[in-house]
Amino acid sequence: MSNDSKTQDWSKPAAMAIPKGGYFQDKVEQGRYGPVFPKTPACYGFSILAKIISGREDVFYKYAKDIEATIAAQPDALAVLQLHYLRWVLFPIKGDTYFMYQGIFDTDFDKYTEDAVTLFGITGLRTVFENLEGFPMDWQTNAAAFVQFVRDHQCPSFLEYAEYPYASATEIKKALRLKAAFSTMLDQMQ
Amino acid sequence: MLEFDDIQHLLLTRAPALTARYEFLSFRNGASGRAWVSAVKETIHSAASMRAGVDESKRWVTAAFTWNGLRALGLDEASLTSFPEEFKQGMAARAEVLGDTGMNAPEHWVGGLASPDLHAIVILFARDDAEHDRCVSEHEKLVASCPGVEALSALDLHAIPPFGYAHEHFGYRDRLSEPAIEGNHIEPTPGSGEPLKPGEFILGYPDEYGIVSDSPRPEILARNGSYMAYRRLEEHVGRFREFLRQHGDTAEEQELIAAKLMGRWRSGAPLTLAPEKDDPTLGADMQRNNDFTYKQMDPHGYAVPLGSHIRRMNPRDTAHNMNRRRMIRRGAPYGPPLPEGAPDDGVERGIAAFVICASLIRQFEFAQNVWANDRNFNELGNERDPIIGAHDGTLEYKIPKRPIRRKIVGLPAFTTVRGGAYFFLPGLKALGYLASLNG
Repeated sequence: MSNDSKTQDWSKPAAMAIPKGGYFQDKVEQGRYGPVFPKTPACYGFSILAKIISGREDVFYKYAKDIEATIAAQPDALAVLQLHYLRWVLFPIKGDTYFMYQGIFDTDFDKYTEDAVTLFGITGLRTVFENLEGFPMDWQTNAAAFVQFVRDHQCPSFLEYAEYPYASATEIKKALRLKAAFSTMLDQMQ
Repeated sequence: MLEFDDIQHLLLTRAPALTARYEFLSFRNGASGRAWVSAVKETIHSAASMRAGVDESKRWVTAAFTWNGLRALGLDEASLTSFPEEFKQGMAARAEVLGDTGMNAPEHWVGGLASPDLHAIVILFARDDAEHDRCVSEHEKLVASCPGVEALSALDLHAIPPFGYAHEHFGYRDRLSEPAIEGNHIEPTPGSGEPLKPGEFILGYPDEYGIVSDSPRPEILARNGSYMAYRRLEEHVGRFREFLRQHGDTAEEQELIAAKLMGRWRSGAPLTLAPEKDDPTLGADMQRNNDFTYKQMDPHGYAVPLGSHIRRMNPRDTAHNMNRRRMIRRGAPYGPPLPEGAPDDGVERGIAAFVICASLIRQFEFAQNVWANDRNFNELGNERDPIIGAHDGTLEYKIPKRPIRRKIVGLPAFTTVRGGAYFFLPGLKALGYLASLNG
């Protein structure tokens, strides 16, 4: 549930410093599964960091190919998540491989995670999270455990910046459609 | 195969009642509470017995319990722990998630509903006033014979005239959209979607993903049970009519404003199918009045505004995972009707309803949190559900219209939450199990 009114000026870049822990203590919004990380000029988002199960690196690269093919075949496969961007990163720390999953989206944290569980259930997509240490293997029947894992491994930002603050992906796409429509209109006027 | 002889009738059937009473109870000791459960169980219809005797029966009873109530009855810790977190916390503790803030906050609730002493509800639906009064008197005797059982409060309800169709105090036709359940032998009306797997509403059966929930435990307690979110919603009829007068110069314009808030004309006719003018025949025709979608028929909300009540509560083909968000609604209006043209008399009136689902957090709380009270639902920016959203006079309502949309600012609160609670609605065998606990 967003309590923010859309009164922010998208034309004026904005930065937001976020306190330690990820919440503004005087205005923590309660979500269905616990406190909700605040919306920033860069919308909602998360950065989930976790250690992968040793020897599973190849699974992540195969997963990348699978997602690429899924989106090519069905471009709206992830539409429910109301995303701007997703980034998947693998990186080493002291000989172990860690995984970072960073997303920017317009829906709140709880809804994103719940929708993701549902989405994986519907499409039969396996979540690459199954290759992370400590991930609940009963996630398909236990949305709350999935949400808890995500919450436990979320590293909140301490600073976020946006060139066009608070604009949603839907609004950006509307603007681009409008631009395309005007271009077509101008072409027709020649 | 649904166990119709074990499922409480409320879950699957709608009683032909004109009057009702909800009594809210507290168990001061377990033995008395169990004695009450044991006695009241004998009056409860299963779905099977309700259907078999619906023509002869004059009253239909339902009993359900809060988490604190189950503890008071003597349920063991392992079983209590096995319930979902949101049910354990109770509705009052979930106020912020639900949008129950400001005047809707639990501190303003009536009837002891926000109190941890609320343990049970007994719901009476009666065919007429004489039967209502007889049952109330019988129940008074029962409570008097269980000295540890205390009546916290009660609410009497009555259908409002004209009695030919269900409607609430604002005048909107009600009960137009209800999900059908596989195996319940009720054909869904056109537009209501295919019947859903029973596990979406009844514990112990596979849900839309084929999963049978293992909560709560033991299995005898869970099987054929469900959860109910109770909402007592006061309707500010005078304020609503004044709003219509302010924003519509003629009676026709006022009707259109009322329709735009709801997404249907007060007759029940959906704006998707009757965008310009009311069509009461359509409104009353259950074979047609729910048969519409949005994605193709009304993508921009020119008929049904993007933030209207029915578009938020059931976004149909414009939301994902709809089959995981459906709910069964039961209930009735309470309080005297306010005659047309009469000034507001300050008497509380409204609707007191139950939302029944297998998962409060996934179904009811989702609808409240993401659909009713998210200001940015459908990119609307500064709106909430115009009928049931949390309003403080600072929000707006936009009505898409060619060439320029209409924007109403300073939308007042047409409703106020006056109470609510989460109940577990056990099957009949589970009621027997609860009555036989040692504690």
